Amino acid sequence: MRAMIIKEFRELRRDRRTLGMLIGLPLLLLVIFGYAANFYVSSVKTAVVGPQATVAAAALPSFFDVTVVEPGDGRTDAETLLRDNTVDVVIVTGQLPALALVDGSNLFAAQSIVSVLNKVGTDKVTTEVLYNPELKTSWVMIPAIIGLILTFIGTIVTSIGLVRERETGTLEQLAVMPIKPSAVILGKISPYFLVASIDMVVVTVLGILLFGVPFNGNVLVFALGAALFLFVVLGLGVFISTISQTTGQAIQTAFFFLMPQILLSGMIFPLDAMAAGVRWIGYLLPLTYFTMISQGVMLRGASLTSLWLPFLVLTVMAVVVFTGATLRFRRDLAPGRRRGADTAEIVAGTEVPSAS
Amino acid sequence: MSFWVRSATVRHDDVLALDDVSVTVDPGSVVVVVGGDGAGKTTLLRALVGELVLERGAVHAPPPERIGYLTAAAGSWPALTVRQNMDFVGGIYGLSGERLERRREALLARAGLVEAGDRLASQLSGGMRRKLGFCMAMQHEPELLVLDEPTTGVDPVSRIDLWRLVSEAAAAGAAVLMSTTYLDEAERAGSLLVLDGGRTLAEGSLEDVRATLVGSITVADRPHRAEWAWRRGRRFHECWLGGEVLADDVIAIEPDLEDVVVALSLKRRHEIGAAR
Repeated sequence: MRAMIIKEFRELRRDRRTLGMLIGLPLLLLVIFGYAANFYVSSVKTAVVGPQATVAAAALPSFFDVTVVEPGDGRTDAETLLRDNTVDVVIVTGQLPALALVDGSNLFAAQSIVSVLNKVGTDKVTTEVLYNPELKTSWVMIPAIIGLILTFIGTIVTSIGLVRERETGTLEQLAVMPIKPSAVILGKISPYFLVASIDMVVVTVLGILLFGVPFNGNVLVFALGAALFLFVVLGLGVFISTISQTTGQAIQTAFFFLMPQILLSGMIFPLDAMAAGVRWIGYLLPLTYFTMISQGVMLRGASLTSLWLPFLVLTVMAVVVFTGATLRFRRDLAPGRRRGADTAEIVAGTEVPSAS
Repeated sequence: MSFWVRSATVRHDDVLALDDVSVTVDPGSVVVVVGGDGAGKTTLLRALVGELVLERGAVHAPPPERIGYLTAAAGSWPALTVRQNMDFVGGIYGLSGERLERRREALLARAGLVEAGDRLASQLSGGMRRKLGFCMAMQHEPELLVLDEPTTGVDPVSRIDLWRLVSEAAAAGAAVLMSTTYLDEAERAGSLLVLDGGRTLAEGSLEDVRATLVGSITVADRPHRAEWAWRRGRRFHECWLGGEVLADDVIAIEPDLEDVVVALSLKRRHEIGAAR
């Protein structure tokens, strides 16, 4: 048994990925559940509109972080502020009781707002929840789960598909064939792109049919966001394949990418309720931005203009991740590749004998 | 046109995988690279097909479109059938339609794989998989055919089949460079390159390689100097590099390639040991 224990420790010492997982994962879980696992939103972005906006804004409890005060605006403007995700709640003054319009697509913030406003009293303010009137969890989860499914296919399945070529030795075969590395990558990921797209449509339709989740926005905006997000996660999958030699390693690495996305993208725990340091990790994750797009389009009917920020971030991520992953893959695939000439002569170093 | 690697030096991290190694392959000829594990055979082949970067040296080879390469791994996609593997590779090399089908069926027939055409590559025996890999490498009639240990792990009958396919490829004009650890089969090659520890021990025809060994090889029932002897069948072969007094019970023999390669390898290892 002693020999077995020593052997196991020696293998473990050389398997840095598993070692990292054994040491890093408990720390990661501690940080996430310590700082991020919080459903209570302590402050919400608030707009106050209508004739008494200034007075009402001053009278609101500190829970309401008033960022917009527009005495000249009315209900229509208030709804625009909510649809564009500028604020979580708008207090419309000029009537008694005042009207509080709440963004139900931001579930946990909405629940906190309703709870606080109920304590204020219905004689002073009435509450109307928009976009998710019954504050159903499934309505906000399904748009996020669509992103999670795309992440799963994009990272785990794609990286396994590429690593399998390495494991079976066929990647080496492809490396000497007259096929460009970019064509290899595109050929490999296109089926996954297609399957992921079909999955997305199926899950979206089932979400609408089974759970009654509304689709209030433009399908093309949603499709564009999904396509951008797919490029990011497929790029991650290609990247994972370049740092993994076996299927087991690929799954292990993909898990590292997947878990923070589930826990820190705002899908389960609201970003607003997280400690600042952990929240910023969430802002680095692509699923955070896809969830903003999917919830925005499906629930609030948000336009491309109002979702410019998540679209911009996903575009930058897609370009950076996909280009970086492709370059790494190309380097692995064809380090000494020669092309173009009828026959080629590769010369290295300084002492080169003359050709016969 | 000949294809060659000249004065190739390749380093994998701190390990010198090839040290000033050269080889030339002429059209219509078969050059076989032999040597033990870690001799540098695969590295040399990969250098010729452009799959790794040389630290020093030069390579002259056709573009990928005119190279056929069988790696030391399976060389085929396990989840595709035999014909699907052939079609995939043929498609990459620009073959299609009737031309692809004709070429595919002709090669499968020569390799005895027609009946297995619709079986998954993962369901083939080791020998059949190597023959499929060879057919895939040959499908586009390459000018340069590079085969990394095509017969390793293959049964004797399939090895004969593979050698027949290699000879046919060379007869059709291909320049063939292949590696093997089976020295008996390497003897049939027109030209040999013997590697050990990344360095050239001998090269040329079988006679040239034999001539590289100065001394004699003997056979006896027991070894006289264990560090210079090796077992073959029930008897021991031993090399005497000159100067030693031969024991009474040994019989000098005409060495075959295996004897020469083992003797040259032992000589080199003793020289390295002495230098330390």
